[in-house]
Amino acid sequence: MNTTAIGSLIRNDIRLYFADRRAVIVGVLVPILIAAFFGYVFSGNGRSEDLGKIPIAIVDEDHSSVSRAITADLAGDPLLQVSALEYAEARAQVKSGKQNAAAVFPQGFGEQSTQSLFSGANKPKVELLVDPSQNSDARVIEGLLAQYSMQEISKEAFNGSYGRQAIDSYLEQLDKLEQTPLRADLRTFLSAARKLNSQIDSAADPGRAPGAGASSGDRAKFGLSIPYTVASTPVTARDNAPYNGYAHSFAGMAVQFILFAGIDAGVLLLLTRQRGVWQRLRSAPLSRSEFMLARALATTLIGLFQMTLIYLAALLVFKVRVEGSWAGFIAVGISLCLLNATFGLMLATLGRSASTTRGLAMMATLLLVMVGGAWVPAFVFPRWLQDVSRYLPTRWAVDGLDGATWRGLPFHAAVLPTLVLVGSAATCLLVAIWRFRWDE
Amino acid sequence: MLRVDRLSKRYGERMAVNAISFSIEQGETVGLLGPNGAGKTTAIAMISGISKPDGGEVTLGGLSLARSANAFKRRVGLVPQDLALYEELSAWANLQLFGGLYGLAAAELRRRAEAALALVGLADRSADRVKTFSGGMKRRLNIAGALLHEPDLILLDEPTVGVDPQSRNAIFDNLEELKRRGKTLLYTTHYMEEAERLCDRVLILDHGRILADDKVAHLKQQYVNLETAFMQLTGRALRDGAES
Repeated sequence: MNTTAIGSLIRNDIRLYFADRRAVIVGVLVPILIAAFFGYVFSGNGRSEDLGKIPIAIVDEDHSSVSRAITADLAGDPLLQVSALEYAEARAQVKSGKQNAAAVFPQGFGEQSTQSLFSGANKPKVELLVDPSQNSDARVIEGLLAQYSMQEISKEAFNGSYGRQAIDSYLEQLDKLEQTPLRADLRTFLSAARKLNSQIDSAADPGRAPGAGASSGDRAKFGLSIPYTVASTPVTARDNAPYNGYAHSFAGMAVQFILFAGIDAGVLLLLTRQRGVWQRLRSAPLSRSEFMLARALATTLIGLFQMTLIYLAALLVFKVRVEGSWAGFIAVGISLCLLNATFGLMLATLGRSASTTRGLAMMATLLLVMVGGAWVPAFVFPRWLQDVSRYLPTRWAVDGLDGATWRGLPFHAAVLPTLVLVGSAATCLLVAIWRFRWDE
Repeated sequence: MLRVDRLSKRYGERMAVNAISFSIEQGETVGLLGPNGAGKTTAIAMISGISKPDGGEVTLGGLSLARSANAFKRRVGLVPQDLALYEELSAWANLQLFGGLYGLAAAELRRRAEAALALVGLADRSADRVKTFSGGMKRRLNIAGALLHEPDLILLDEPTVGVDPQSRNAIFDNLEELKRRGKTLLYTTHYMEEAERLCDRVLILDHGRILADDKVAHLKQQYVNLETAFMQLTGRALRDGAES
């Protein structure tokens, strides 16, 4: 084997890479900037108070105690930023994107909702105007609306004037109907509720006339509420170690831009074939395998250089830590760079012209990294897309780097991602060897 | 020294080189002349090992290109028609690569690179990027790149194409110096005056066949000058086909 020639080719490729200093800076700086942006957007700082509130408009056409209480509850929720608007203005603001949704309480909402709590009939319709581009926010709003509505309507049903009227009205209707065991039980339940209301009134305000309703201070003690609280505990590498969103975004961008470097290497090879240099290389005592090995090693080294700088920024500036196995992290990194090198070689053997190859390869790479979860974590994808992504090496690369960094997984967790990446690299290499035209 | 025996190459239906045979002796400078598409570049590509012939054999000092390609290639230097240089790199970095391809390293590579640059008059520009060079300087560096491994045979494919008269003259001086050092040169060109000045012998090639293989002096005696010989042998029809 002509090791001197291989060494010269590797040194030359590295010289060519560094000859374009602007490209080197862009190739390292851009992934760092994009990773910083994604990391920040996806709460990389880990402080929930910095998260944006969901803007929502409330259109209260009812002006009842129930609708006012629900509006107050929503306004007090830390996830929401509530604005009280008229219907037309609310609709216009949702349309223009200023509000993510608008909830409309129609006239009679308080009375009808309280009555329908017992009867199940004549339910009022709360219209929710939503920005279709903010579907996930709409689901959050629906959930909070249901929670606060049940809370306030049940309070009203047991203690409020609408509730008392509803109980009285329902008892009157029951008296007129034929008595059955079920109706007798219902009558007992409603009578008990009426008696309870009277006792509440007496306890809260001895001078208050019966049926006038409880004071707001006491009303807050009654009504249905969610019978549990939730404490979210981030499961990260160590106890009490906050999740660092930059760890995922740096993994994603490192994968993406190292693959871009592979494209550049492939395109450079295509361009070399079109130059006189190719004839000189071909006339030298150099075999096809020596040439391909040199190219693959040079591109791997360039990828490792890029990855080292990207992760140095992640470690030093964005406090990303390799909480798991350093050996696993390095194994995934090297196998990713090997994949990048053989991917570039494969492109050079499949492509015809440099510009077409670059365009198609960029498109393919962006798809690979997007579906592989490099931009946003794969769990936000539909189930079928998550299943597809498991067949992509980019997904394994991102998962491998995530595992070694913020998930804090041991070395054995990096073995499968490493094997998948090395296997993908071998596949690309086989295609490259099969398609590589050495003889003219 | 160089023996080419019934060398052939076909591209589809077209016979680019059709069973050509010739030999070149040590220290001889031979011009390979022919109109566009005559088969000169294809012949050079096969003799340098870039392109596999469909038939025939090439040997150099008894070494067969087909059987001992690497040993054969170590004794041949190619100056391609297209500039074989990385313009983004310095002249020195280019020579480091080309020498390295032939197994040269460290002090030996440095010594030979300095000598090659001195020969072509670029010693003081070795650190400069090639893209800052004039066309003539690039052509001279292109020649230097083929000399590092001190080949016995140098194949030059139109080494003066597109350069001004001063640069062409400088290149002639370089080639004459190589000739004085006993190097064997096979030289393709369109310029008859170049062949007359440099070559001991010329081969006139057309449609992939050798039409003449004779000493320059003898051809001049026969046809008045090389230009007349060339036109009479290859005809006056325009050749708009691609060079091959």
